[in-house]
Amino acid sequence: MFPVTGTPALALAVVFGAAFGWLLHRGKVLDYDVIINQFRLRDFTVLKVMLTAIVVGGIGVLALVHLGAAKFHVRDANMLGTIVGAAIFGVGMVLYGYCPGTGIAATATGKVHALVGAIGMLFGAMLYAASFDWVNRNVLTVWKLGKATLADVTGLPYLAILVILAAGAVALFAAVEKGRLERP
Amino acid sequence: MNSGLRSGRWIPYAVGAGIGVLSWVVFVVVASPIGITTAISQVAGGVAALAVGPETVSQNPYWARHPMKLDYGTLFIVGTFLGALASALVSQSFRIETVPPVWRERFGPSVSKRMVVAFVGGALAMYGARMAGGCTSGNGISQGLQLAVVGWTFLVVMFASGLLTAWALFRPAK
Repeated sequence: MFPVTGTPALALAVVFGAAFGWLLHRGKVLDYDVIINQFRLRDFTVLKVMLTAIVVGGIGVLALVHLGAAKFHVRDANMLGTIVGAAIFGVGMVLYGYCPGTGIAATATGKVHALVGAIGMLFGAMLYAASFDWVNRNVLTVWKLGKATLADVTGLPYLAILVILAAGAVALFAAVEKGRLERP
Repeated sequence: MNSGLRSGRWIPYAVGAGIGVLSWVVFVVVASPIGITTAISQVAGGVAALAVGPETVSQNPYWARHPMKLDYGTLFIVGTFLGALASALVSQSFRIETVPPVWRERFGPSVSKRMVVAFVGGALAMYGARMAGGCTSGNGISQGLQLAVVGWTFLVVMFASGLLTAWALFRPAK
């Protein structure tokens, strides 16, 4: 029965995408000010959403994999590309005020600057395609760890790392709610 | 209560939990984690084909791997757009915005200044996401929840880079 493929999967893509876009809007993360103020440490909405999604998603997906209902989809860690790419991404995200998903969703809520940045994203994708041959040979080949997880590199049990992450997230949220982290 | 359908805003933890549960569903039902930027690259290939012709695009080694088509990923983005639009309309919070308040406070009301920086930022974010293997969604959340090294490396470096950039942009003028 699962996974669904073919045309039904295409219909589900729109449904699941719509759920994602709806949640992003309800979570306020389609507001430029909310995202920028996370990086200025004045509003922790973005981290609250992301860390909760990671912990809740992580526990459920682990359980589903153990029940045989799902498989992991871990991607290769090409460390040089990930580090350089993430550093460029952080600069771009703060200049834009959005990441790719929130930028597209924010465009739908009337934010013209999000649309202009989305056109910029198409341009960035073209630049990447144009430079891919070089990047693929000179960057993505350096420091390859394969489909590694934190459990592989630390030697700790997978579940223990999830519990540590959950505890860390709860501690962070408690500090935020007590007003200890957000700057005025 | 500030959680009704029309009030437009839910508490961030509920939204995060919702995205987590959505991840359970997509892992089981379509075996395809949430992700955005691969599909944007495909669309970019489709747009580039209009300018330089489909042959040139299909010969590009990146677009040869990720050709433009209406597949799960591209339709997921269409859904993301429609879902955000529906939420904004239902909560009556659809607003045309060209210069957001925090930007205006720091950089003034110039529309062109905001648009140029948004364009450059979008281009950089996309380029970086493709090099890193995904964005906040595909790498940060979908790989992060699987405890993948690629996801957590991305999250930590992206956040550090963003903090530094925000500091440089918004530090008080001396």
